[in-house]
Order: sequence, then structure tokens, then C-alpha cells
Amino acid sequence: MMKSIKTWILVGFASLLLVACGQGGGGAGSKKSKTLDNTKKAGFVKCGVSQGLPGFSNADASGNWSGIDVDVCRAVAAAVLGDADKVKYTPLSAAERFTALTSGEIDVLARNTTWTLSRDADIGLTFVGVNFYDGQGFMVRKNSGINSVNDFKDGISACTNTGTTTELNMRDFFNSKNIKYEPIAFEKADEVVQAYDAGRCDTYTTDKSGLAAQRTKLSAPDDHKVLPETISKEPLGPVVRQGDSVWEDIVRWSLNTMIEAEEYGVNSSNASSLKDSDNPAIKRLVGAEGELGAAFGLDNDWSLRIIEQVGNYGESYKKHIADTGILPNRGPNELWTKGGILYVPPAR
Amino acid sequence: MNLKKINIENKKIRDLIPQVLTVLTLISVIFYFATNAQINMGNRGISFGFGFLSQEASFDIAFSLIEFDGSYSYGRAFLVGLLNTILVSVIGIFLATILGVIVGVARLSDNYLIAKTAEWYVEIFRNIPLILQIFFWYFAALRALPSPENAINFYDISYLTIKGWYIPKFVWINFDIFCYSLILAFVSIYFLYRYAKKQREEFGKILPTFTLSLGILILIPLFSFLLLGVSLTFNYPELKQLSETSYTYENGVSIIPELMALALALSMYTATFIAENVRAGVMGVGKGQKEAAASIGLTKGQILKLVVMPQALRIIIPPTTNQYLNLTKNSSLAAAIAYPDMVLVFAKTALMQTGRAIEIISITMLTYLSLSISISLLMNWYNKKMAIKEK
Repeated sequence: MMKSIKTWILVGFASLLLVACGQGGGGAGSKKSKTLDNTKKAGFVKCGVSQGLPGFSNADASGNWSGIDVDVCRAVAAAVLGDADKVKYTPLSAAERFTALTSGEIDVLARNTTWTLSRDADIGLTFVGVNFYDGQGFMVRKNSGINSVNDFKDGISACTNTGTTTELNMRDFFNSKNIKYEPIAFEKADEVVQAYDAGRCDTYTTDKSGLAAQRTKLSAPDDHKVLPETISKEPLGPVVRQGDSVWEDIVRWSLNTMIEAEEYGVNSSNASSLKDSDNPAIKRLVGAEGELGAAFGLDNDWSLRIIEQVGNYGESYKKHIADTGILPNRGPNELWTKGGILYVPPAR
Repeated sequence: MNLKKINIENKKIRDLIPQVLTVLTLISVIFYFATNAQINMGNRGISFGFGFLSQEASFDIAFSLIEFDGSYSYGRAFLVGLLNTILVSVIGIFLATILGVIVGVARLSDNYLIAKTAEWYVEIFRNIPLILQIFFWYFAALRALPSPENAINFYDISYLTIKGWYIPKFVWINFDIFCYSLILAFVSIYFLYRYAKKQREEFGKILPTFTLSLGILILIPLFSFLLLGVSLTFNYPELKQLSETSYTYENGVSIIPELMALALALSMYTATFIAENVRAGVMGVGKGQKEAAASIGLTKGQILKLVVMPQALRIIIPPTTNQYLNLTKNSSLAAAIAYPDMVLVFAKTALMQTGRAIEIISITMLTYLSLSISISLLMNWYNKKMAIKEK
């Protein structure tokens, strides 16, 4: 009986989600990648980004996207299509993002998305790596005299985004501190900013990088500050659909290439001149040694194109996060060789 | 088998063929979508099931009519969202009806200023997209409200602030007895009306039913307070300091600004359509009807009540039912301003946390469908009651 009810509901509403993607994903285990073939055929990478988060993915007045999440999309486009600009960006709300990916509307989701067990294992997604180590924090008004989360009192109202891990962390945090709070969860970040600015809530909570970026949108950014405590681990990274392991590898190693390039000091200006370097690791990165691209059906210059057209991770961070004043200090997002936790497997 | 029976000339069979074809096409389309969805979900390792409804929701909701926190299930969260949707729809329908009737009648007024004001109101609010009106009430009007320490104070009982409207909390003792007394009062009023009708029809006596029923409505519940141990006290909101510069109120009940903004926007918008329905209804009753009623000696009030309104209502009810349905469905725009209705709580937050898109969207759609059909049935019943009873 239950089975037939299920089938009926399936029958009635299946079209909602999956009508747009009659083709289905590529078969697991095969060398062929349907997503790769489709991307080559279309001539652009279908990439899901945020609706506007400075530093991560943000469109300027003329519609050009930039940010470190956008650079992941650009790296994939450079590797697969030879041109970093061949990306079609789809701005998505937090609530829409996974459905857009599983339904095939986008092929890469680079939208400051936290890697968690349930997301990775349960809903048909695969996280390919981490391009930003973040943690959730709180922003308050400077004149409130609140200097730490220990100054929060019962009855505090907290604004945040709906459909994010933030909402869950917030509950865990206030419960553990035994503080009664009023959660006000908006669908879009811009509305959270407006409501917080108007005084609807006493604190604004989200990932610290997000707080730093959104602070610039407030009417008087200097009247606000981010509290020192970090209440959660938020490893943000790009996501692909489960079931196309070749495509998954391409996205993973596009990101890894950017980080590895920084580690070996290869950047957008010196990459092509390093073809005759003495270091085999560098030679592999710029495509002068080995046949690494063949593993995913790409030519041997795929990684060189990423470094030349997009730059290494350090360049990307400096351009989008540090120079824009969002988080000048790299903190955990520094290479492992310099005291951070960025450590990628070797490209060989 | 007699082939002559399956004759294309046979009208019955001829009529049946297109129907069978339609049904077959429909079934195959549905079947195609279902298999397509199953294959795609299978490919991506997405399972299908409603087990998640009993899992712990682990997110909190700011405003709930029933007890809720993150330790309750997704199913309970759905119920919270559904009740919030019903709440804002009921408030919206109530306000829109009152405002709509007033504005509709005002448009027919002989007073130039009143008629023109009503006309402008209708033209402006009907022609601006609802989502913008919601943003206007929430962001523009809300910003004008003071912070809690400078609240608009209603006699130290209630406070209107940017964080919400704080009202006293009702603390009941023996609330159930009070409810029974209210029910008893309504039943008595029903019998009073029946008795009054009989008196009027058989003896021509007119009883002061309104005054009498008001008396019953006050006296019976009062009796329960005085003799049956019902009592009601109030917890008044008190200002509480949260930090050096921020305050809130505690102990009272907070009507969140999201609810106020949404209810205002929905009712102001829908009232314009209802006003036009009312105007059409009243204008649809022939002038001769009023003159005839006046000629047999009915008073102005009686003319309105006995001649004009019963006929106008017949014109007003069906299109107004549509507006009630629209208002209920439009309440799903709540997500934009963080009012935790069914869409925000269930179709967005719960969907995000569980990833069960097909299950959650289908439940939400079926629920809206049931809500709309319930409103339709109720209004159709009322419409039938008001329709001309042809003998």
C-alpha cells in the first residue's frame, strides 16, 4: 500500500525536478564522462554560484563574475575548454543549489558550500575538496559593549540565512550555552543585511568570511564588529553530482593544481617560462613532463592553462579576499609549508 | 464477437474514442515522468521515502503556535509551518474582507472626496506587485518603528517596536470551562434567533435579537468567571537590557514584525479586488428593487439587509472566493521576509537540510491544494445558502 502511494506521488510530481535532465549522469566506473562530453559540446562550463558574496562569487555592474569560487569554475573551463571565460554562471540561493546540481541545471557548484557528511553521502552529491577553510562567527554593533559570545543574554535575536548549516550551528551553540534566542532566517543574504542594519536583530551570524564581506554592505560598516569566537568548522568547497567520477576528478584536480602551483611558486606570469625547469614536479605542473591530462581525457597543457589564465591559489586569494579587505590575513588558508592547513595530494 | 458492435458510426463508440485516447496519453505521459525520475534518482544514488519526516529537525523556528524547538521532528516543523500559513491567511482574509467592504461601499459614496480616495487606493494597491508591497511594509515601514527602549507605548500594556509588537500574555485557569461556556452562549444565541424568527413570522412580533444575543454572549462567560473558578491574569511585557545599547521585552507575547508586514501587505492588496467585487455586487442590484422596498414601508436599514445585500452577495461571493484563494496562495511569498510559513520552514529549510526535493515539494503542493479546496468548499456552501431558492 505504502509502495503504491509512493509511486503515485512520484508519478504526479516527478516532472518537477527531473524533467529538465532526460539524459542522466554518466555511468560510474567508465572512462567516458557524459558531463565532460556535454560540456565540450555546449562550449561552456555550467557553474552554480552565489547570488552575490564579495570575495567568493560576486557580479560587477556589467555582469562579470569574480571571486575565489568563480576561479574554480574558470579553472575547470580553462582545463576542459581551453578558455577560462567559457563559463555560464547560474546564481543560486542556498535552498536551490543542490537541486540545481542534481537535476543537471549546473555541473559544478562553487558556492561557498560547507562539506558535511549528510550532504556528501545522502543526497547524490560529491565534494571534491576545500577551497576555503571557514568557521561561523557573530557580528554585533560596536556600541553594544558585547565583546564575546559570553556576553549574549536570553532574548537575543539572531538573523541568518535559511537552509544553511549556519542555522543548525546556531541552535547547537545557543543550546549549549543555555541561551534563549529568536532565530530570524531569511532566504537571501541581502535581506539579512537589511534586517540587521534596521535593528531587527541584535546579531548577524554566518561564516566569518561572509560576515566580513557582508559588513561592507552595511550603511555604516565601522559601527559593527565580528566577535573573536568561531563556533563551527566550515570547510567550503566545490561540489559535483555523484556518479560521474571522471568529471569529479577533473574538478578536484583543477582546484588542486591551483594550490600545488602556489606551493611550487608557479604563477600566471612565470608558468610558461618554467617548461624547462629542473624540478620535475614543476615540469609536470606546466605540462612539460608526464601524460597526466590523458587520465581524464584532456591534453597535457590543461594545468598550464589553469595557471596562466586563472593563476595559482595565492594569486586568487590575494586578488579577491586580501586586496578587497575582506580577510587580509590568510589564517588556516595558508599553505601547509607556511603554517596553514592547505595541503593537496601530489600531482603525479 | 460481433464486429458490427464496434462500429465507428455508432455514436456511443465515436464519443468514447477521444476520451480513451486522452486518458491513455495522460497515463503514458505520467508513466514517462515517473520512470524518468526513478532512473535519474537511481543514477544519482538518491533514495525516495518519507522516513525523514520523523527525524529530528535540529533547527529552530522564531514563531510557532504550537510548542517547537529543534529537537522535534521534520513532521512537526511542517505542522508549525502549516499553522503559520493558516494563521496569516485567516488574519489576511479577515482584514481584507473588512477593508474591502468599506472601500467598495466608499467608492459608491456621493461624497466626492471619499469616493475618489477609495478609487485611488484601489488603483494604486491593485497595480503594484505584491512582493514589492511586502518589502515596502517590512523594510520601509519597519525601519520607521523605534527600538525597544523607545517603544510606542500603549498605556504600559503593549509596546510596538522594530523587533515586534509585544502584548500581554494571557494566563488562564480552567480555560476549558471558559470554552464550554462560550459554546453554550453561541448555542443559546442560535435558539434565540430561531425563536425570534418564529415570533416574527407567526405573531408579527419583532424581538431585539441583537441586544439580547450580546447580553447572552457577555453574561454566560461572566457567569463562568464568577462561579465556576475560571480566572484570567495577564503577564505584561517588561523591558530587558540585552547589552549596553540593545533591549528587548520579556514575559509578554511577541507578534513578530514579519507577521504584521505580511498580513498588512496581503490584506491591503487583496482588499482592492474585494472592494471591486463589492462595488459590482451593490451596483448589480436594480434601482427598482430599492424603490419597491421603500414603497412597502421598509426602513433604510431593512432595505439594505433584506433586499439589497441578499442579492448583492450572490454577485459578490464567487469572485471573492477566488480572492481568498489567491490570498492564501500568495502567503507563500512569506519566505522573502523570513515569516516562517510552510514554504520557508518546510519547502526551503527542511528541503535544504534533507535534500528530499520530490517528497517535500509534493507534500507542500498537496497541502496547498487541500487548503484551497477547503476554502472553496466552504465558500461554495455559503454561496449556495445565499443563492435564490427557487421553488
